[in-house]
Amino acid sequence: MEVLIYLVPMALLLGLSGLAAFMWSLKSGQYDDVQGAAVRVLSDDDMRK
Amino acid sequence: MAETLDLTIYVKRQDDGTAHLDLAIEGIDCAACIDEIEGGLCKLPGIVGARLNYTNHRLAVEWRDGQMSPAAVVAELHRLGYRAHPFKSRLVEEEEDRRAKWLLKCLAVAGFASMNIMLLAVSVWSGNVTDITPETRDFFHWLAALIALPAVAYAGQPFFQSAMGALRNRRTNMDVPIIIGILLALSMSVVETINSAEHTYFDSVVMLLFFLLCGRYLDQAMRRKTRAVASNLASFRTEVAHRIEENGEIALMPTAALKSGDRVLVRPGERISVDGIVISGSSDIDESLVTGETAHRAVMVDSQVYAGSMNYNGTLTLTVTAAGKGTLLDEVERLLENAATAKSRYVQLADRVAKIYAPVVHAAAAITAVTWIVTGASVHDALLTAIAVLIITCPCALALAVPVVQVVASGALFRAGVFLNAGDVFERLARVDTVVFDKTGTLTLPSMSVVDAGNMHPDLLKAASRLALSSHHPLATAVAQMASDCRPYDDATEEPGCGVRAVVDGREMRLGSPAFCDAQVLADQAVASDPFASVIAFSWGEEQIVLLVRQALRPDAAAIVQQLRQRGLDCRILSGDRPEAVAPIAAALGIALWRGGCKPADKIAMLEDLKAEGRKVLMVGDGLNDAPALASAHVSLSPISAADLTQAQADAVFLGDRLRPVLSTIEIACRAHRLMRQNLGIALIYNLIAVPLAFLGFVTPLVAALAMSGSSSLVTLNALRARGRASKPIPEAPPSHPVPAAQGA
Repeated sequence: MEVLIYLVPMALLLGLSGLAAFMWSLKSGQYDDVQGAAVRVLSDDDMRK
Repeated sequence: MAETLDLTIYVKRQDDGTAHLDLAIEGIDCAACIDEIEGGLCKLPGIVGARLNYTNHRLAVEWRDGQMSPAAVVAELHRLGYRAHPFKSRLVEEEEDRRAKWLLKCLAVAGFASMNIMLLAVSVWSGNVTDITPETRDFFHWLAALIALPAVAYAGQPFFQSAMGALRNRRTNMDVPIIIGILLALSMSVVETINSAEHTYFDSVVMLLFFLLCGRYLDQAMRRKTRAVASNLASFRTEVAHRIEENGEIALMPTAALKSGDRVLVRPGERISVDGIVISGSSDIDESLVTGETAHRAVMVDSQVYAGSMNYNGTLTLTVTAAGKGTLLDEVERLLENAATAKSRYVQLADRVAKIYAPVVHAAAAITAVTWIVTGASVHDALLTAIAVLIITCPCALALAVPVVQVVASGALFRAGVFLNAGDVFERLARVDTVVFDKTGTLTLPSMSVVDAGNMHPDLLKAASRLALSSHHPLATAVAQMASDCRPYDDATEEPGCGVRAVVDGREMRLGSPAFCDAQVLADQAVASDPFASVIAFSWGEEQIVLLVRQALRPDAAAIVQQLRQRGLDCRILSGDRPEAVAPIAAALGIALWRGGCKPADKIAMLEDLKAEGRKVLMVGDGLNDAPALASAHVSLSPISAADLTQAQADAVFLGDRLRPVLSTIEIACRAHRLMRQNLGIALIYNLIAVPLAFLGFVTPLVAALAMSGSSSLVTLNALRARGRASKPIPEAPPSHPVPAAQGA
């Protein structure tokens, strides 16, 4: 069972990085316009130039 | 309109030499609008960036300062087919935004913690019945403590703050027992971990927090969405005024940019957008939006006028007075202050329950501890069981029971075109037994319409309404509403103070005062038949007609009032208008109890009388004169066309030309209230089963986790029923011709 000594902290670390990613996305305003994000993906503005 | 609005006060200058403007955009209906707006604006020279928020229909534009004017942005948007209104976010909204973000952060932390602790807890539960070694179990418990303690310290803040706030005011609310339960469970779990015992409750505590935060966040998100739409609507109505500059030039300004002492020009047919004193000119003004009085008032030099009045026939020059000056406003402000202090603080249902619940639960825990000690158990076991009682009764379902119903019901209201200002409206609305309406602008439409169109020759009516398109006079505007052909006649000319004329098919057409159209005799007859209407005459060659114009009832007013009465609600009218003008409306609606000529103070006095009779009054009103009455009523509604001050006092605001939202609001509120009580009942039954189990010591952490999530899910599912069957969006009312009020008694 010694494997738990590093396996469990690793799992926690993974979870924490997920939390950090969420906090970052919240801070960078990715939740400000949820509906807009859903439809912007369909626009082909990258084709214009 | 060659005039451009001066938007400088809305522009934010930034340090890097760019200017920033926020606009609320009207007319966005599909995703393609994003591209069209952003792409269109980026072609303008000088634009640095344009970003449309599709969720709340707001556009942020930035440009290099000095290279272009904000008016060019608005003009370009207009060319693209969108109307843009300068938008200034209100302080309340920014505050709510911050709070929502904070709640989301707390929710994320609680979610992360509860998932990871559950991972450890499930291992321990399964290990306890198989072959886990005490060392591994201790390791898992320590890890759980390591996650739970900081997570609760962070994610529990909303509850700690609210509980502390309540305790400081010597009250209790739902958060007090929550916090006590959480803290006790945490400290017991830590002690048990140190003693390397079998059971800890870290998972229950964090899961509880996660569920509660879900409820709080959803509640907040719903309120924020409603507020965003409401403040967009408010900015669509941005008031403008013509300011007379020092050099005599006239500039179109948003009223927010005006200062006290500025001079403002008001032309005939314009709505006065500021409070002020007339310094030159004379005119008749219609103050129905302010006082409810439909008869026009003559104003001359030194008269006080209020924002919201309609200027009829003369050009006025005003000096702007500071807000809150003037006799009517003073009275309204004073009454508002009294009403606000006199209004007994309504105790919310959940808090009322908490007031009884908390002592009962804490007493039960104490009794458990004492009983166990008396029956010979160790102090340690007795305390453990007592804390298990506290944890199992920690009002998870109870604290979700009300907010979740509120979220679902405000969603249903939102679709019915009603925006809530206050959170506890449902509970208050459900108890209403009397509905008091204001007349002008509430039962009747805020704008004028022609009431006797049915009796006229259709061709003449068509010609009259088409000619009316060329005039700005309020009476002509009412006639123009009926126009089926929206192209004005080419050579129509307006003669100030008389009317408009045009030559069509070789015959001269005139629309205006009876004298101008040579129809004095007809007009006298018409006035005799309906003394409260205004007349406008139309002549085409030899033919003449006279049209009666006044405020018509909302199209569905009679039906809705009848349905309200069928629900057992007592409907009444309290109007600021003359009794002679109220009587026909009351008769048309079949309302027996009405009063006209009420001053704001009279309205409050009447409401107080009703209150003394033990009635719960819903006040529906729109005028500035209704604001104190709205504040003092048990619960209040106002149409979106109401004065700003009035809307701020109302508990909810409804959209559209119809009165139906009033009925929908009451229906949805009753359903919501029923569900709230059902949910509280479910929570209570859950406790009745769980407490004896906990008392007997059967509650292990596994049972606690199951019971808590089970009862929460049950309550949430039940709350979803508040959506109801009528959840389809109400279609935008067609521009139907309003039904005129029937005449006579």
